[in-house]
Formats: sequence, structure tokens, C-alpha cells
Amino acid sequence: MQRPWGGLAGAGVKPLTAVAPGIRVALGVAFFVLFIAVWAAVTLGGLVPKTFLASPLQMLASGWDLIVNQGFVKDIGMTVWRVVGGFLIAAAIALPLGVLMGAYKPIEAFFEPFVSFARYLPASAFIPLLILWAGIGEAQKLSVIFIGSFFQLVLMIAVTVGNTRRDLVEAAYTLGSSDTSLIRRVLIPGAAPEIAETLRMVLGWAWTYVIVAELIGASSGIGHMITDSQALLATDQIIFGIIVIGVIGLVSDLLFKALNRKLFPWKAF
Amino acid sequence: MESLLEVRGVERRFDKTLALQATDLDVAENDFITILGPSGCGKSTLLRIVAGLDRQTAGEVLLDGQRIDGPGADRGMVFQSYTLFPWLTVRENVCFGLVERGVPRTQQLEIADAFLAKVGLKGFENHYPKQLSGGMQQRTAIARALANGPRMLLMDEPFGALDHQTRELMQELLLGIWEQERKTVLFVTHDIDEAVFMGSRVVVMSARPGRIKLDRRVELPHPRHYSVKTSPAFAALKAELTEQVRVEVRAAAMAA
Repeated sequence: MQRPWGGLAGAGVKPLTAVAPGIRVALGVAFFVLFIAVWAAVTLGGLVPKTFLASPLQMLASGWDLIVNQGFVKDIGMTVWRVVGGFLIAAAIALPLGVLMGAYKPIEAFFEPFVSFARYLPASAFIPLLILWAGIGEAQKLSVIFIGSFFQLVLMIAVTVGNTRRDLVEAAYTLGSSDTSLIRRVLIPGAAPEIAETLRMVLGWAWTYVIVAELIGASSGIGHMITDSQALLATDQIIFGIIVIGVIGLVSDLLFKALNRKLFPWKAF
Repeated sequence: MESLLEVRGVERRFDKTLALQATDLDVAENDFITILGPSGCGKSTLLRIVAGLDRQTAGEVLLDGQRIDGPGADRGMVFQSYTLFPWLTVRENVCFGLVERGVPRTQQLEIADAFLAKVGLKGFENHYPKQLSGGMQQRTAIARALANGPRMLLMDEPFGALDHQTRELMQELLLGIWEQERKTVLFVTHDIDEAVFMGSRVVVMSARPGRIKLDRRVELPHPRHYSVKTSPAFAALKAELTEQVRVEVRAAAMAA
């Protein structure tokens, strides 16, 4: 009888067993190669019309054109600025509020139901309202990012802080900690790595909101370029824009991870 | 002799369950009291009330004649679970309470290193808790509690999670420190050997609702060497306590 996953077992692969780092990287790269190869095959092989999906080569060529001739770097800069700006504003308010909610149950009881409700409000659906309130300038873009990330951040930070190990809290009290020093010296440092992880994750989501914000009522940014390209059926440019977002997202993610490892060495052991 | 700690009619109810019956206990300065009892007899509850981490529903606890109503640095505690702060190095963990008290930095380090040496952790000052074995973590926790200079040390089955060999070494280490420092200790355990070996007084608690049913002085001389565990006096006391605890464990099993 053929066992399920017989092929993997035959190759010596057991469930939940780690893979060597070299092989791991090779496998990860292999899928990218495979993906691009299939893409190249269907487009260059003429299986899909050009207006429908541009080939990788054409995508690169128009990407080069965008950067060199059409000032796309400025668009990228604008988009990055919006994401980072909106996200930093959200984080700056969400951090203290989340910590207070996690530490003090009455504060949590006051805000938590509303925040739980608000985080299901789709940030992109606010765009028409935000245009009405804030115009089509930068304030509107930042507001979309803010709405999209703030409520998520508050809630997750509050939960993280609230989950602080009670025995550590008790240990601190028996060592003479006051309530404020408990928050400063136990709750915050204990929750910090997970909060950093939350920031990393929500920053990823902020990227999806910024593009939506730029699709409507923007005169610059990656999303704006994509809308422009849509009118011209320039799938090569659209795909290039999407890939740029993906690459920036990946890079910021890796930077965040590296930073977290550096900031919290005690997590590593 | 004046008591350092007085437990007066302390009772603890959880909703309708009476966990701890009106309990009295006097602890003299420099006493090492071990509290023995079956699981769920309220021995940890009693210790936590003394620590100020739990609140009695009746009665009061006095330390140096002052009523206790909350945790404080005058009662150092060592828990069964590993409670070192994982983001601080061993040295910083030991300094934790000293920072709270605003002790100057140079003095903090002096005190921390002295106590770390005492528990045999010289050379591990810059390790993080995760890099240490369970026994080493508990030794750090003892150093952390002692460094704060508390009036008394409260220990809630501190060696309960350790393997047998490590536990015996820890008992000797703690006893050695106590013989030098003569701290007042309240030590909860369910290990009879441990209770007799460490204690200058053994207190046995009854099954729930807990109360103190036996209070024995341990007349074994100090300094105690681990070989005392095979002496006739040790065996006799152990036999008596085993019988007393056994009755309670059976009672607890019947009630469950």
C-alpha cells in the first residue's frame, strides 16, 4: 500500500524535522526561480496576450524606463514616507494606550469593546469620507494608514502586556517594586519583543492600505503609478509596481527582524 | 522571646471553600520553619498571605509588630516556578531589588557579586536565565532575594521542579547559607526529608481546610551534613512526620 507522503518519506523527510540552512535557502530560491520560469514560459511562449500579462523581461525594461525617465523613485519615496509616517503616528499613540490597557483593567474595559469594533472597520472604505474631511493631500493618506493600523496595534499590544507572567509580577512586588516601576521594569521589557513583532506585522498590513489610498485621489506614489498604468493597459508597469512594493516589504521585514534580534538578545537563547 | 512574625487567626476562603482555617503561627528571629502538608492543604496560601500576595479573609499577620497588607521588600520570596526576569542577566536580576531601593550602582554590583559567589555562580554574572539550568536559576533567585536584605525569606517549594540530585545539593547550599546568615526562613515543601533536614522547626498542616496540626522542633545539631539523613534521630522524626502527613494525604484523597 502506498503511504501518504510516501515520496517525502522516501527522501528521508520526517514531519517537523529541521532542514539544513543551506538547503533551506536553496529551496526558497528555487521556488522564486520556478515561479519566474513559468511566468516567462507563458508570456514569452505566446500563451497569454501581451496586454493581459507582460513578460518578465518587458516588466524589467519598463521598470527601468519608469525609474530613469519617469521619476518613479520619487513615487517610491512618497509611498514609503506615507507608510512610515502614518504608521509611526499610529504606533506613537497605540504604544502608551495599549500598555495602559494591558496594565489597568478598568482602562481596558473602557476602550477594548470600541477598539475591537473599530478594527473591523475597513480602512479603505473610509477613503471617501477622509477625502471629504481631509482632502486629497497627505493628511488623507496618513489617515488611511492610521485607521488601518492603529486599532490593530492597540489591541495586540494590550493583550501582550496583559499576558505578562503573573509570577514575574509577584516576584517584582516581593523585591519592592511599586506599580509604576512594575510597568516600567517588568511589563514593558517583558512584552517588548512581542510588541516589536506586532509592529513588524502591522507595518506589513500598512503597505496594503497605502496602495489603496493612492489608487484614489493621489498625484504621486506607487499606487498612483499603478492607476495611471491601468488606463494605458501597461501591465508591465503595474507588475513592476507590485514587485517593488513586495521587495520593499520584504526588505523592511528583514530589517525589522534583524533589529529585533539585536534589541532582544535574551530571546535568542 | 519576641516573635519576628506573628500569624493571628488567619483564615482564607475562596467563595464557599475554606482553604485555610483560623491559623496561628509564631516565628522567632533566625528560625528556619518548614511547612509540610498534602497538596491543596493551604500551605502555599499561608505563605502567600505572609508575602502579601494573597489576602486573608480573617485574622492578621504581623511582621515586627507591623500589620502586613501587601508585598514588600522586607519579605523576600523564592517561588517554585522560575521567576528570574528573562530579559535581565543574572547580575541584573540580583540587582533588581537594589535598583528599586536606589542603592548606588557600585554598591549594587558589590552586593550582587558577593551573593552570586555565595550561591556558586561566579562566572555566570552575564548569562541570561535561559542559558542556565533549573538549579542555577533557583540559586540566582535565592541570591536575588537575599541581596535585598529582607527581614525574612519565604520559599514556596523552591526545589520542587528540580531533579532529586540537584534538589539535595540545593538543600545543602541553602542550609549552609542559613547557617552563616541566620536569616529567618519560612519554607513550604511536601518533601519530608527536605523538611527535616532543613528545618529548625517543622510544621505539619492538615488536609483542606488547612490548619496546623503539629509543630515540632528539630533537635539535630548544626552545621548539618547530608549524612545526618541516615542518623537514627533523623529517621525517628521522619517516621513520625511521615505517619502524620500520610493521614492527611489519605483524608485529602477521600475528600476529593
